[in-house]
Amino acid sequence: MHRWMTVLCAMCCAVTATAEVTLNANYLHVEVSLPPTLSNLDPVPEDIGLAGALTGLKDNQTTGRFLDQKYDLVETYVPEGDDPIAMAKELLSASPYLILSAPATVQTAIADLPEAEGALIFNTSTGDLSLRDADCRANLFHTLPSDAMRTDALAQVFVQKRWTDLVMITGTHPQDVTYAQSMRRSLTKFGLALSGEKEWAFDADMRRNASQEVPLFTQDFGDYDAMILADEVHDFGRYVLYNTWEARPVTGSEGLSAVTWSPVIEQWGAAQLQSRFEKAHDRQMTSQDYAAWAAMRTLGEAVTRTNAVDPEALRAYILSDAFELAGFKGRPLTYRAWNGQLRQPIAIVHPRALVAQAPLDGFLHQVNELDSLGLDQPESTCEAFQ
Amino acid sequence: MIRTTLAALLLTTTAHAGEIWVTNEKDDTVSVISTETLEVIKTYETGERPRGITFSKDFSLLYICASDSNAVQVMDPNSGEILHDLPSGEDPEQFVLHPDDRHLYIANEDDAITTVVDTETRKVVAQIDVGIEPEGMAVSPDGKIAITTSETTNMAHWIDTETQELFANTLVDSRPRHAEFLRDGSEMWVSSEIGGTLTIFDTATQAEKAKISFEVQGVHPDRVQPVGFEFTEEDTHAFVALGPSNHVAVVNAETYEVEDYILVGRRVWHMDFNEDRSLLFTTNGVSGDVTVIDVAKREAIKSIKVGRFPWGAAFRPTN
Repeated sequence: MHRWMTVLCAMCCAVTATAEVTLNANYLHVEVSLPPTLSNLDPVPEDIGLAGALTGLKDNQTTGRFLDQKYDLVETYVPEGDDPIAMAKELLSASPYLILSAPATVQTAIADLPEAEGALIFNTSTGDLSLRDADCRANLFHTLPSDAMRTDALAQVFVQKRWTDLVMITGTHPQDVTYAQSMRRSLTKFGLALSGEKEWAFDADMRRNASQEVPLFTQDFGDYDAMILADEVHDFGRYVLYNTWEARPVTGSEGLSAVTWSPVIEQWGAAQLQSRFEKAHDRQMTSQDYAAWAAMRTLGEAVTRTNAVDPEALRAYILSDAFELAGFKGRPLTYRAWNGQLRQPIAIVHPRALVAQAPLDGFLHQVNELDSLGLDQPESTCEAFQ
Repeated sequence: MIRTTLAALLLTTTAHAGEIWVTNEKDDTVSVISTETLEVIKTYETGERPRGITFSKDFSLLYICASDSNAVQVMDPNSGEILHDLPSGEDPEQFVLHPDDRHLYIANEDDAITTVVDTETRKVVAQIDVGIEPEGMAVSPDGKIAITTSETTNMAHWIDTETQELFANTLVDSRPRHAEFLRDGSEMWVSSEIGGTLTIFDTATQAEKAKISFEVQGVHPDRVQPVGFEFTEEDTHAFVALGPSNHVAVVNAETYEVEDYILVGRRVWHMDFNEDRSLLFTTNGVSGDVTVIDVAKREAIKSIKVGRFPWGAAFRPTN
């Protein structure tokens, strides 16, 4: 009996000794001023992104309970004017796991810090294509799709619906211009072209006179199949719908749009993630929340399967064929080994329903249909992952 | 002579009379299909979002998980009348009836809990913390072990039904959906929807014994997603629903080899057999129908339109 007790104790002790698997991650939000918009109907939630990371943390903790693995997440906000790089330096000295919401240039500066060497940093806030291309970093992963993935998704819709005569209105903000560039690239990629383009440069209050201004503004496009809006700050786009001279569908940043995540996604078990999120945060889940959730879950999945908290081991696992994340999008999500982008289907939605999910049927690829969206291996000039 | 044969035939047919009951997730109804005429003979209303469905051992009561009504409903299958609701915990998705014919083990998808309900006293006996989004439920033939699989935690949780506590947690591939024991209890099988595999555990040691993958010609491996499955007579084969690949796989349960793929309706989800297991009825969520498979020939022989998004299926004999 006594001996049994000793053996039992030895077993318990052994279990506790090997159970020291704890992953501490940081969430860093760098505040940026948002340009004013015509409507204030949709305020940006203060905890955008963070709420998703916290839901991912809770998912990880529940799984960890059964495996003696622990997770923690500390959030840090850098107000405008403060130095985000100094803060990132401090955070990276404490933990190599960093979930980032910051502009692209700040992200590369953080990834280049000596403290960031060997770290695992997740971009959850910008679709900037350069970060997946020439400006990529070996320690910077992207759970938010690139702009190109989203515009490629819409281009597939145009091809499938045979909307070949397309026009575009572009806003003047840098995000709008980048989106428009990405759209032109996607249209070329899928053999489409624009028959007309205009810049939105009004300073009037559209809440009052959209019905007068927009018909005139869109009249000289003549006839076309669909109108694309490049209005990523959501300034004027909402006033274009149903006010165009020709009765044609509106797509792009408003109307029929391609998004990472939307409250209208309920398929593939997504209803569960949506309700879990809404219960915890009293609001609906946005694309940036989804990207932060996916970052946290990526770390969790890698720890679950490897039982390691060594960033090198986790990075190798995340980039390996064995890794797969169940992301409520109907198929496993994996990372592109050439630039650290999370491969994922893109939802084509309107505000009330999911319309389609890209890649659409018939858009084939020699390796993975998901790689018909965004920068494919031969196109990407990213060398950091080689 | 002819008369005798006819009589014999008639007798055999009557002996196998029965019904397949199907929950229609987005119609809040159950459809009743005759296993003889292969037609819908009745449709009854249920609570909101009916999913899991099972009969009491003597088939006198039907239990339905009305997920969005947060209840397990008890129906009189002869009248279609809802007799009463059982407390079920929040968002009951799937459940299994213990061999004692009395205790229901219920997966509460939104709450990361397995609830054990006594169907006689109509009281909750235990609530067990499990992983995120519990779904697949099974109980061993001797009644000693209950299984819950959790979709986001990616585990099979092993519950000791005497203490109502977990005694093992085993990792499986992504999004485990369904679990079943072999009739002799020696093996426990789990399907992983996103992982695209079936994992087979040795019940005695809870150790992984084998893993089965699938390959459907012309369908990308990512879209081949095993969900519900059932064993044939004598446990020689398993029929496995492969979700959006719109196929059912036939797996040899001894060699673990996949022998056949049968084309069925869209997003095939769960299934059940008729009495002699000669016919298999699969629920096809997206196409809103049930495919009837001739088990011996391994061929789909008919599609039967039911309600919107058919989910679960359960058989009851009617003679």
